[in-house]
Formats: sequence, structure tokens, C-alpha cells
Amino acid sequence: MVIWLRTIQLGIKSLWLHPLRSLLTVLGIFIGVASVIWLLAISKGIGDEARKQIESLGADTIIIRSMKPPTEKLSPSGVTPYGLTREEFAMLIETIPTIRGALPIREIRRQFQYADRVIDGRLVGCTPEYADVTKLKVQRGHFITDSENSNYANSCVLAANVADDLFPVEDPIGKRIYMPESTDYYNVVGILEPKMASAAIGGSLSSQDFSRDIYIPIKTLQQRIGDTVTTRRGGSFEGEILELNQITVRVAQVSDVKRTAELIEQALASHDRLEDIAVVVPLELLEQARTTQAMFMIFMGMIAAISLLVGGIGIMNIMLATVTERTREIGIRRALGAKRADIVRQFLVETSVLSIVGGVTGILFGLLCGPIINLARYAAEWYSPETMRQLPEVIQTVQPQILPESIPIAFYISLAVGILFGIYPAMRAAKMNPIEALRHE
Amino acid sequence: MIKVNASTTQHACRIRDLKKEYVLKSETVRALRGVTFDVPAGDYVAIMGPSGSGKSTLLNMLGCLDQPSSGELFLGEDNVAQMTDDELADVRSRRIGFVFQSYNLIQQLTVVENIQVPLFYQGRLGPKEQARCLELAQMVGLKDRLSHRPTQLSGGQQQRVAIARSLVNDPYFILADEPTGNLDSRTTEEILQLFQRLNDEGRTIILVTHEDEVSKRAKRVVRLKDGLVQWDRTNTEEVRAQAAKYAIDNMPVEV
Ligand SMILES: Nc1ncnc2c1ncn2[C@@H]1O[C@H](COP(=O)(O)OP(=O)(O)OP(=O)(O)O)[C@@H](O)[C@H]1O
Ligand SMILES: [Mg+2]
Repeated sequence: MVIWLRTIQLGIKSLWLHPLRSLLTVLGIFIGVASVIWLLAISKGIGDEARKQIESLGADTIIIRSMKPPTEKLSPSGVTPYGLTREEFAMLIETIPTIRGALPIREIRRQFQYADRVIDGRLVGCTPEYADVTKLKVQRGHFITDSENSNYANSCVLAANVADDLFPVEDPIGKRIYMPESTDYYNVVGILEPKMASAAIGGSLSSQDFSRDIYIPIKTLQQRIGDTVTTRRGGSFEGEILELNQITVRVAQVSDVKRTAELIEQALASHDRLEDIAVVVPLELLEQARTTQAMFMIFMGMIAAISLLVGGIGIMNIMLATVTERTREIGIRRALGAKRADIVRQFLVETSVLSIVGGVTGILFGLLCGPIINLARYAAEWYSPETMRQLPEVIQTVQPQILPESIPIAFYISLAVGILFGIYPAMRAAKMNPIEALRHE
Repeated sequence: MIKVNASTTQHACRIRDLKKEYVLKSETVRALRGVTFDVPAGDYVAIMGPSGSGKSTLLNMLGCLDQPSSGELFLGEDNVAQMTDDELADVRSRRIGFVFQSYNLIQQLTVVENIQVPLFYQGRLGPKEQARCLELAQMVGLKDRLSHRPTQLSGGQQQRVAIARSLVNDPYFILADEPTGNLDSRTTEEILQLFQRLNDEGRTIILVTHEDEVSKRAKRVVRLKDGLVQWDRTNTEEVRAQAAKYAIDNMPVEV
């Protein structure tokens, strides 16, 4: 034990004789180890992001969304009806057996008023399952119920922000909210907990902001507002004829998701002449994220492997030079009783010290991954916001997550590289003939 | 005072018909062609002979750095000729003290650390060993230089560190290959006096030298020629005393 301590001490002393040389030797290992940690942290970040997206959408769901048709497809005069219909909704449920449940959703931009306070928001017509599927939590009161839906009740549930803005002091439950555009009143029956906006998924669904929503039974919306909606924005009117904005389908088993999505696309094939619907499969997005993650892993993994290899070769090179340079010392030590194993140990300890120094500093630098990336983004944003915005979304948003197990992994990798590339020079040192070594100038 | 491990055997080493051949591509160099002599414990032997006569070769063999082609070589009771590399290393660290012409100290280490090296390879690093190193440093007159490095010392001082190092493992004998070859006459005298003192205390010393004045200080001179013992004689006390006196009388005055 003492021998090892002394050998380590000796190794440090010998390396300290050439501080700059030792430092440069360590650099390759440093970069390699740091990239191992970065690699794992960033891909974990990407994975987490993707998982969060999927969690907010559900891996067992398929989203069918109505989209505004491109203008050239619209008839020049009047308002063209587009998007998903209730008929199609019923047809999907009836014809596709793997569908466990489906919820129709209608969203309209509306003004909400209570007393003299008016805000802009989104009126969402939905069924009771909506809260479950979009993971909305009720803070007080209750969400829309089945009986309210089938009875066309004029009940409404407020998102947290809407409740705060319209009712800064009063208790909203039991109050009536006025919607000037449809001259309608709705009774508040529930308030939701605040919810973060869902992440954007690909190009087909922008991120959803749930903070300015008021939820009412979809049947009530149909009866009271209907499918034709005109909204006043500034001075002009906008009209649209649309039955459903979205159908969220839940599939009984995750393994059926892909097949079901295909069936849905087939079933809706005849509909889509206006190019006005999109089928989004969150599971596929998850797979896309996995591919991104894998590509990133391969890329960073290659950087890590190359720098570790180069670092290892650097260590070997320096150690070979050191062994030649210290031939005389080796001869002296052998003459004074060092066995071959002692010489091997001495030089292996030296390479291990080098690689451990590289490893530990690399790990420390690796741990700074998050702050460094944020700093880099901040600098890029300040220097050239244009370029920054053109970068892929992952680069703009990903938050690296340090994996605790990546620290020992990185440490052992650095140690292994040191030993692997240190063995040959150490063996060369040990094999020297002591007499010739002593004669060496 | 340093206690001498009075060897259990009468002989520090016994050499029997020792031969060493170097087989080269074009020829075979017969460096030693059958050398036989004994070194009793407490002896002080000077090995002389022309260049290439095999002095260093013999000394390397005695120091277990090399193995004979044939013949026997006993250190104490052990026949060194049959040992493995590791066993030889072990004998070197326990039984042999080396002093070289070019001192051969390790540059990164301080004076005490250099003295300690042979013990290091025996795994003996305790406070007792530490104390012994200090004692030896004091004996060779380097008590106040303990943490100096070799480059900060003069040649004579370095050689004294080397002598202290050669004593640290309480060896069967001290082997010195031209220990004064790099030193001026004053420093040579210092080293020879140190050897004299060690021998008086009972240490066995075998040294190689080219200088008659040095060989006259030993108890015995073995002369090699062409890999064989040419002659082997004992210096009388008279010769030794005269040589010592001569050296002191002719010491250059310090400037
Ligand atoms: N490794 C070797 N390979 C081949 N020949 C060698 C080797 N070492 C020594 N010799 C030869 O052995 C003979 C004896 O050499 P050695 O070094 O013992 O001489 P020496 O008496 O010490 O001479 P010097 O006084 O010059 O030091 C010489 O002829 C030398 O060339
Ligand atoms: Mg010689």
C-alpha cells in the first residue's frame, strides 16, 4: 500500500518535471472524457424533451386535426366548409375496431367578459374525457360532465389564467361569463390548475397554450354557436364553416397505433381533397426523436472515441519518449533491486496519473455542460439572432441532463485508456538490460 | 555506529571457474575465461587490469546484474548462477551495495530519498528505515543536505550519497567500479578514507581501479588480463600506510 502511495508520489514528481508536456499529453483524454459526459447529458436532454412531448399527447393517441386549406383550393366566393365532420367522427368509431375511444374537439377564438373585464381567449367544445387525455387537473368544482353534455347545459370550466384575469377578487364558481360575439352566458362550474403549454410537435401541430381556455360541452357549443363562426378581428370579419377542429383517438394497445393510423388515413382518403386534415401520431414523433438522439449519440460518440484514441496515442508517444529519456534511471533502479514488475508499475502509475488528471478535469468540464451550452446560446443569440433562429429546434431548446452514472463511466474509460496505452512503454522499460541501461548517456 | 551484519559465512563471495562469453554475429567475445578466487568477509579487494580485460564484466556478475556463461558464483550460501531475474533483483536489493563511477543518483529524488531506494524495493519504508537513512547521511557528512537534489551537489558529495545508499541494505559487500574515476585527487582521498573507515568497521569492499595509488590502499589486489587472473597479491600494512601518507602529503593546497 505504502509502495503504491510512494510510486504515485514519484510519478507526480516525475511528471511535474515537465509540466507543459504533461498538460498537453492530458488534453486528448480531457476532451474525450468531457465529450463522453456531454454526449450522455445532451442525448438524455433530447430524450427527456421527446418524452415530455409524448406524455402531453399520449403514446396511445392519434390526433386528427383540421387544417385551413391552401387558398388555391378554396372557391373564390363565399366561405367553403372544410375539416373534419361529425359524420366522419361516427364513421371512424364504428368502422375501426382498435379504437378504444375518440373525442371530438371544436375550438373558437372568442372574447370573454365578466362585469367590465374583457379578455381574448379560446372557447373549447369538448367531452368529459378531454380533461383526462390532455392531463388537465381540476382545482375547484368539476370538469364538464356527461349529463351536462347530453343536456346541452351552459356550464363552463375556466383555465387558471382566465379565472385570475376575469375574477381577480371574487370566487368565479357560480358566476356567469358573457361572450359578446355570440351574446351568450355560461355558468362557471370548475376551475383548472395552471398547466404548462404543451411542446410543439413537428410541423403539423404548433404548441398548445392552455392558459386562455374556457371549456364547454361540445353539444352545447354545437347548439348555441353552430358550425359557422364569424369572428371580428380588427375591422374585418373572418368566417369559417367547420364541424370539428380535432379528433383525438385513443387506441387500445400501443402496438396497434401504427396500424390504426393507417386505417384512419384510408378511411379519410376520400375526404382529403382539400388537403385540410392531418393525422399526427405522437408515437412516430417519439421514434423521430429517438433517431435524432441516436444520430447525435453516434456523432458525439465518434468525437469521444477519436479524442480518446488520439489522447491514448499521445500518452503512449510521450511515455515512449520518457522511457528512452530515463533509461539511465531505469538502469539505476534495476541495479538497486527493482524487479521488472516494479518498473512496469512505476510507468503504469505515471500514465494512470496522466489519464486520471485528464479524466477528472474532463469530468469537471463535462459537469459544466448545461451552463456552457446556455452561455453559448446566449452569446449566439446576442451575436446573430437570425442564425440562431434558423438552427434546428433541438439545438435551441435542449437542456442537457447529467447522468450520474456517466461520471464513473467516464472515469473508468480514462483510466482504461491510460493503462491500455501505457502498458507497451512500461513493458519496454522493464525489458531493458540493466547493464546497458546503466551505460546509457 | 552502524552495526555490521557479521556474515554467517566466512566468505562474502566465492568465484569458481567463472566464464562469460558474448556471442555476437561475427564472433564470440570471451570476456572472462575461467576466473577463480574467494573474497573473505571483511576483505578490501582492488581489481586491476588493462582496458578490456574483463573487470567490469566480473563486477557486473558479482553484482548480479548479469549471469555467467558457466562456472559458479556464491554470495554467502546462494549460488547466484542459477537464479531467475526476479531472484537476482531481490539479491541486489538485499545483499549488494553499488557505487558507480558516474554516481548514478536519481535526479528527481532528494539525498535522503536516494539513499532509501534499495529499501523501497524491499518494501521497507517504516520510521526505522527512515532513521537509518538519516544516520547514513550523517555518517557521510551530508546531514545538512538532506533535501538537496543531486544537481545541487558536487561530484564528491554525490559519490558520498551513493556510498551511503550502498550501505543502506547492510550488504554482503560494496562493489565500486572506478568510484574515483571522475574525482580530483582531494575528493578521491576523501572517498578512499571513507572506504578505509568502512573496511575498518568490517565492511567488505571490492573496487575496480586503474590507479596504482588507489589499489595500494586496498588489502589485496587482483589483476586480470584477457579474462584470466594474472596475479592476486596482498598489500602489506607498510605499503598501505605509505600510500595513505603519500596521498595526504601530496594533497593540493586549497585555493
Ligand atoms: N555487452 C557486450 N557485448 C559484447 N562484448 C562485450 C560486452 N560487454 C563487454 N564486452 C567485451 O568484453 C570485454 C571485457 O569488457 P569489460 O567492460 O569487462 O572491460 P574492462 O576491463 O571493464 O575495461 P575498461 O577498463 O575499459 O572499463 C571487452 O572486450 C568488451 O568489448
Ligand atoms: Mg570497465
